[in-house]
Amino acid sequence: MRLRLLTDVRQAIREHGAHGYPHEVCGALLGREVAAGGNGLAGLREVTAVLPLENRRDDSPRNRFSVTAEDVLRAERAADERSLELLGWYHSHPDHPARPSEFDREHAWPWYSYVILSVAQREPGEMTSWRLADDRSGYAAECIEVA
Amino acid sequence: MAVKVMIPTPLRSYAGKRDHVEVAAKTVGEALSSLIAEHGDLRRHLYQDDGRLRSFVNVYVNDDDIRYLQKEATPLHDGDTVSIVPSIAGGTNPCHSGPGEEPAFCVKDGEKRIPRANPALGIKDAVER
Repeated sequence: MRLRLLTDVRQAIREHGAHGYPHEVCGALLGREVAAGGNGLAGLREVTAVLPLENRRDDSPRNRFSVTAEDVLRAERAADERSLELLGWYHSHPDHPARPSEFDREHAWPWYSYVILSVAQREPGEMTSWRLADDRSGYAAECIEVA
Repeated sequence: MAVKVMIPTPLRSYAGKRDHVEVAAKTVGEALSSLIAEHGDLRRHLYQDDGRLRSFVNVYVNDDDIRYLQKEATPLHDGDTVSIVPSIAGGTNPCHSGPGEEPAFCVKDGEKRIPRANPALGIKDAVER
């Protein structure tokens, strides 16, 4: 599985993560499925736009993020208006590696791409992408390409 | 009662790639049970092991969240639309775990700890970053 990010998209996620530090930031990934593929199958998605969203977890924003159902519907409408698909979500891990946590796994949906950006001391670092396994047991890494 | 159940994009591959199914049900609980009876792979994504709906699974009857109605006992009427809408959550593991537990990774007061190898989390090697 591959996830292609336009250069502007990658930069927008990095800037959002740095700007929001030390809080977690989050947003929606909009684009197209270029070649379909499930977990373990070849596939390519291209993210051409992001929709930064407000982190609704104001009780623990340094280590949690939340996107409400209303925001999900708003992101779907934003994708529709651009003739794009809502492909997944990004969020930052302030002062943590760009690896999905157990909390991420427990709360993940299948099919969506989950991009994680590590931000260390306000400096954006590694970016990874993951998809939940069909049986919810773990994640499969998606290879990020920047175009 | 014939009702329409809308399937969100991330779950469509477990429902024959359909964006909705028609079921006969008198309550939301019955509608979801009918859905799962037909598409069993949906269960683990909608329900916890104890049988409760997962916290990030939101169910609406027409435009109303069932949490503010009668939850899964919410009655349905002919022609109603039941929508399953995701909410999204995540975040890092807590920096400090309980006694005897090592955090997966932690930076505190400039001290950098090393993540433990944890294949379940995709951490293959303990590498200082």
